[in-house]
Amino acid sequence: MDFTYTETQDMVRDTLARFLADTYDFDTRQKFIDSETGRDPAIWTALAQELGMLGAAFGEEHGGLGGGALENAIVMEEMGKVIAIEPYVPTVVIAGGALKTVGGAQADAMIPEIIMGNAIIAFAYAEPQGRYDLANLRTTAKKDGSGYVLSGHKSVVYAAPWATHLLVTARTGGGQREAEGVSLFLIDANLPGIVRRDYPTVDGNRASEIYFENVAIPGDALLGGEGAGLALVEQIVDEATVATCAEATGVMQKLHEGTLEYTQQRKQFGVPIAKFQVLQHRMVDMFMEVEQARSMTIMGTLKLDLPADERKAAVSACKAKVSRGAKFVGQNAIQTHGGIGITQELAIGHYFKRATMIEGQFGSADYHMDRFERLTLAD
Amino acid sequence: MDMEFSPEDLAFQKEVRDFIAENYPAELRGKQDEGEELSKEDFLAWHKVLYEKGWVAPAWPVEYGGTGWTPTQRFIFSEETARADCIRLLPFGLSMVGPVIYTFGTPEQKAYFLPRILSGEDWWCQGYSEPGAGSDLASLRTTAVRDGDDYIVNGQKTWTTLAQHADWGFFLVRTDKEAKAQEGISFLLIDMKSPGITVRPIITLGGEHEVNEVWLEDVRVPVSQRVHEENKGWTCAKFLLAHERTGIAGVAASKRGVEKVKAIARTEVDGDKPLLANPFFKRKVAELEVDLTALEFTELRSLAGPNAGKGPGPESSLLKIKGSEIQQRLTELTLEAVGHYGAPYFRGFGEGDNEHPIGPDYAHRAAPTYFNVRKTTIYGGSNEIQRNIIAKMVLGL
Repeated sequence: MDFTYTETQDMVRDTLARFLADTYDFDTRQKFIDSETGRDPAIWTALAQELGMLGAAFGEEHGGLGGGALENAIVMEEMGKVIAIEPYVPTVVIAGGALKTVGGAQADAMIPEIIMGNAIIAFAYAEPQGRYDLANLRTTAKKDGSGYVLSGHKSVVYAAPWATHLLVTARTGGGQREAEGVSLFLIDANLPGIVRRDYPTVDGNRASEIYFENVAIPGDALLGGEGAGLALVEQIVDEATVATCAEATGVMQKLHEGTLEYTQQRKQFGVPIAKFQVLQHRMVDMFMEVEQARSMTIMGTLKLDLPADERKAAVSACKAKVSRGAKFVGQNAIQTHGGIGITQELAIGHYFKRATMIEGQFGSADYHMDRFERLTLAD
Repeated sequence: MDMEFSPEDLAFQKEVRDFIAENYPAELRGKQDEGEELSKEDFLAWHKVLYEKGWVAPAWPVEYGGTGWTPTQRFIFSEETARADCIRLLPFGLSMVGPVIYTFGTPEQKAYFLPRILSGEDWWCQGYSEPGAGSDLASLRTTAVRDGDDYIVNGQKTWTTLAQHADWGFFLVRTDKEAKAQEGISFLLIDMKSPGITVRPIITLGGEHEVNEVWLEDVRVPVSQRVHEENKGWTCAKFLLAHERTGIAGVAASKRGVEKVKAIARTEVDGDKPLLANPFFKRKVAELEVDLTALEFTELRSLAGPNAGKGPGPESSLLKIKGSEIQQRLTELTLEAVGHYGAPYFRGFGEGDNEHPIGPDYAHRAAPTYFNVRKTTIYGGSNEIQRNIIAKMVLGL
């Protein structure tokens, strides 16, 4: 047993941490979030081309560093510490993960584009009626000559306003909630018939409603087998879930550290409020949640390669624990700060907002507890 | 012991219900349904309807404009207004400074201010908290120095709710720097248009402009605008804090909130069923209802108990703690219910493409409201302070 990181992994973390310390201080982040496009594209380019960071989790044959899920977790934990809005999860973890699994010409064509920072890929999977069920799809892709025609509505697609490509789940067959008939397509984001409504999100990102209005897509947009895509979708969403838990760990760590710092400065009744035992115990509870989130994220990451059911149970355990921890740490960070915690001025409130959105992303605690139960507690 | 309303109470309930149905401003209803932010005029629209009916200040003594209702009638009234989803009247004049003035004020102060509070002519704000004086309110540092018939006031207040609209503010100021913290404080009524007052917005996590910083720089305040004796302002402050906590349980509003969450969870789909059929979600709604019932009957006991009518005691801290926690759980459940559509942020962002909507209307304010309502366990004496009060005053520790 060995929980130490390799030298390369340490280097990835240190390099990224240093870069983000220089480029992603809170005020700078707020500035580009409030700008017209909501981001600073130079950061993504620098992550790719100066740091080689977007290749950390790809194989050397595509120009990457040869890493995988652990590298994704390292990157996302550091991103969480600065509440970065960079589209690493949809582009590298989700789309990159699908391409690595599928391999072949599609991987050879797209992975280098991701690594170089030329491609930003948004993941259009959620639908208004579907909640967290990945198979609950009304979007359809109908065979048309050598290609398909895509129709439907995708909800809250993070990073879509910036995307060059969309990774889309759609039905090529089967009923609305059936496992059979789910297909995965990687398409150009600007095809005729794609209607996008862009908006900011409460956690400082940008997202879109995407309406596919009879969009003609080529046959080679299909990733994996037609109608047999659900297993692949579940796998990449599990990978994304764990990466998001890593992000949560970074967010929670900062919420906890910020609270410790504030309570030692803030004086009421003549003493720093950190002297009050009721607040000390609360901060100890927060600390324990941060440590457990880190433990569960490592557990989930290490089990991503297990057979599907074991992987799913591990990821669900991880996300259920982290969702609850994120809520606990976020709410208590705000409560302990008092009024100043609910203003836009302090970073702490923005960490809280991101923590709150992470709670539900890729499935709420209830959803994952339910999936965990079904996989591990069969009658 | 019984818990039934008398025939008179039932008749009163019907009277209130009918009055609301006929007189609640339709425009206001529309804005509430759309989740729009309310303007000063909106806040006052319902106030004025109630004022004309004589129902704007049920808690006040009859001689000052109260209704003379029994505690049960007051309970029915607040229940019915919440049931009909009427907006809450702003407390700063009606529930805060009004009772302080009729309890401690001079005849001149009562004659001038009370009718203007009732009519809504004056909008009030509360100058209590300071950047360094939150939970430890008595450590406040804003000073008032006598100069002839005036005080000269200097300092900074914060978290001043809706001060951007205020005509008047009631302020706690230090009039004796040598005295022990709580003994050198006075209670001043200050015209917010006085030279030297600057109001600056504080934007909160949901993007709202509700609270402000108020800076006071050599503001002249006539001594005649001090309520109660000099250096006795803490008496008013304590009286007011206890008053602020009554009704803070928010039982009726939370009942309405539970119904709204249920309605959302009946509309939201989970698999092939409504979300409300999901056993995990359903259980959380049920637990909330059970806790709300416990809160309701605790409040009813205190309304009908031996201290009824004598003003709130330390037990009001219990109502504040449990009431605020329930309000927060309601917003948590709402955010959870709307799923992915908790994320879109609508402030300063035009809707208007009905063919391509961004989620259901009820989802639009779910996250901002969740963020905003974190304040309820912080304001009005944080829940930590309320627990200290119970420990000391109720348990005698």
